[in-house]
Amino acid sequence: MSLIGNTALQFSEEQAMLLDVAREFCRDKSPMGVVRAQLETDNGFDRDVWDEMVGLGWTGIALPESCGGSGMGVATVVPVVEAMGRAMLGTPLISTTLAGQLLLRAGGAGELDTVLAEIAAGAPASVALLENEDWGNAAIACRVDDDGRLQGAKKYVVDASAASLFVVVVEHRGAAALALVRAAQLPAGAITPCTLIDQTRRAANVDFSGVELAEGALVTGPAVSAALRDHLLLGALLLAAESAGSAASCLDTIVDYLKTRKQFGKLIGSYQALKHPTVEILTAVDATRSFVYHAATLVGETELDRDAEIACRMAKAQATDTLLYAGDRAVQFHGGMGFTWECDAQLYIRRAQWSQQQFGDARHHRKRLAALLLDA
Amino acid sequence: MSVSDQELKEFRTQVSAWMQENNPADPGFLLPQTFMEVGDERQLEFLREWQHKVWAAGYLGMAWPREYGGGGVDTAFQSVADQEMRRHGVPICFNVIGLGWAGPLINDIGTEQEKAKYLKGILTAEDIWCQGFSEPDNGSDLGNAQTRAVRDGDEYVLNGQKIWTTMGNFAQYMILLARTNTETARKYDGLSYFLSPMDVPGIETRPIRKITGEFGFTETFFTDARIPADCLMGEEGQGWRIAMQTLQYERGAEAGAAGGLAMVRVTVDDMIAQLDGVQRDGEPLLRDPVVRDQLVQAIMEEKALALGDKRAQVAPLTTDYPGSLPLSHKLRATEMTRRMRQLAIGLQGAEGGLYVGDAEARQGGFWQRAYFNSFSATIGGGTSQVQANIVAEHILGLPK
Repeated sequence: MSLIGNTALQFSEEQAMLLDVAREFCRDKSPMGVVRAQLETDNGFDRDVWDEMVGLGWTGIALPESCGGSGMGVATVVPVVEAMGRAMLGTPLISTTLAGQLLLRAGGAGELDTVLAEIAAGAPASVALLENEDWGNAAIACRVDDDGRLQGAKKYVVDASAASLFVVVVEHRGAAALALVRAAQLPAGAITPCTLIDQTRRAANVDFSGVELAEGALVTGPAVSAALRDHLLLGALLLAAESAGSAASCLDTIVDYLKTRKQFGKLIGSYQALKHPTVEILTAVDATRSFVYHAATLVGETELDRDAEIACRMAKAQATDTLLYAGDRAVQFHGGMGFTWECDAQLYIRRAQWSQQQFGDARHHRKRLAALLLDA
Repeated sequence: MSVSDQELKEFRTQVSAWMQENNPADPGFLLPQTFMEVGDERQLEFLREWQHKVWAAGYLGMAWPREYGGGGVDTAFQSVADQEMRRHGVPICFNVIGLGWAGPLINDIGTEQEKAKYLKGILTAEDIWCQGFSEPDNGSDLGNAQTRAVRDGDEYVLNGQKIWTTMGNFAQYMILLARTNTETARKYDGLSYFLSPMDVPGIETRPIRKITGEFGFTETFFTDARIPADCLMGEEGQGWRIAMQTLQYERGAEAGAAGGLAMVRVTVDDMIAQLDGVQRDGEPLLRDPVVRDQLVQAIMEEKALALGDKRAQVAPLTTDYPGSLPLSHKLRATEMTRRMRQLAIGLQGAEGGLYVGDAEARQGGFWQRAYFNSFSATIGGGTSQVQANIVAEHILGLPK
């Protein structure tokens, strides 16, 4: 067996079509002026745009038809997310998709049909998982007490202020379980928004203590642990896809500047000191897209296998490093302009810093890849 | 010609058995990984014998015409044979300029006399071929070649100098690009193409000692060297077109090459396997977290290259900066190879300081030599820096 292993890369007609549609939609709805207009709003996105995305069926792409989705699988969300990343369009699509996948994989369609149908119909949802900064810590302090109430708080819950539904990862009788909490159940003051490095995003600390679970709102069983593991991998994949898009538009921004800015009487793009690192960004973006669509090829409806795990981890590790590099160089190559708020380079470097810390940074994934690849 | 899967399957079994049985034992000296590394007579004779054996068994030039020493069968068979050679890790078929460039060219556009004269010798390795394209002052600018060929009766008189002539000192023949006309409006139109003998008064080769300490290339000097006029291929002035056609054949048996392994492919698997037993801080090297992180990065780099080749075939995923994957391939592949080999030595511990010739050098100093040789690919055929300029200008549209 070669270490390179599986190199499958397929792209369906549905994916190609969605990539086209999503890119056009994002170009139209999310030019930089619109992105900037959302930087300091409460939710960070335009509700009308979200409603249009829901109308296009994007919240149901990966959910079964029995729940009002289109049953095309999470692989088909990948091109949409990449397109959104390219336009820096921040909406709860990633968090909602991941919440849907976690429920679907942990509980299966059937019992959870109603709530999955709500998600498919556009109810923003978010998974409340982290309790500290460590993506590698599986311990869960948040629990269901003897009275059926939640006790504990979660950190950095993405899109918490916009979410109408939370999937809270809890400990229940010594095992991981998922508690469904509606935003309306939260006491006043439960949500404390965080100030994020990336202003195109929103996240908050959420205290779920005292929330009484509704009938049938606790998903338990052996499938939960496996679903949580896959949640971390699918999260890594979608963040990687989004980063691939953001890195690509960051590259465009750099290239545009290098073609128009003159110094010492020459276009700065003619200097090899800028030209060659820009080519490195191009090849890094190329590598990222290859890993992302390879991983998309391997993630199916069922539990992710070893090849899919390797692919998702590689995609995230590559995407993280690529966007960090592109964003960092974008600031530098814009010179004095790059140091200003007005320059778009700041949006990319800030996103790079936030995204690298979502679902594990590059070191986190390479550490796990080493175990998968070198200890076999 | 169509070949059934069943036929190919049976053929594969047969080739595999032959390779298994005939794969030569370790000769006790380092074998070249590419045809650019044939430095001495010992290596030359070993490889000549091996290539002859592969040809005699019927596994080389399988798709070339029977009357010229080929097998006259479908290229699919040669592809299978090549795959099996690679799988069994047998030595290279080293007469690469002949098998991969000159041979297919003669097959395609040569005269009957040329085919009869040259093709079989290429396959049997009796005739080693070299290439005379690059010149000292025109490394990347092939069209500006200045070596002169002047018609004098039924001969051409050659004057000038070529460089980086692989196996120039061993070769019987050279594919030669020379200027027959200095007056043309376009520099390309003054070039002509020759199938030139090397054993001629006035052609001298001087081996170039490489960074590895070995030989493999020569400088080639032409001083009033006279070659028969029928060495001219095609007509005067067609040299550039024929040279460009020559460079198209690099892509395996399907493109007309005779087949055989042109180079030993070294993968990240080999690189990690060679670290077996190496200790760091009293522990197996592969338990070191920093080393593990670097190895994963090396694996990812090689995998990204393979995935890029796949994605390049998916049209909807190549619409941004079209052509970026193929045009940056040389840059990415050669730089990856260089980095990987550098890492290979870095991880050997104190043993990494030994070199070819030391009995204790890991794998005979294979990685040290391979690292040095990897520069031939990051420099030859357009340096990485020139490649980066090409990608920046042609793909990103950055100014010159």
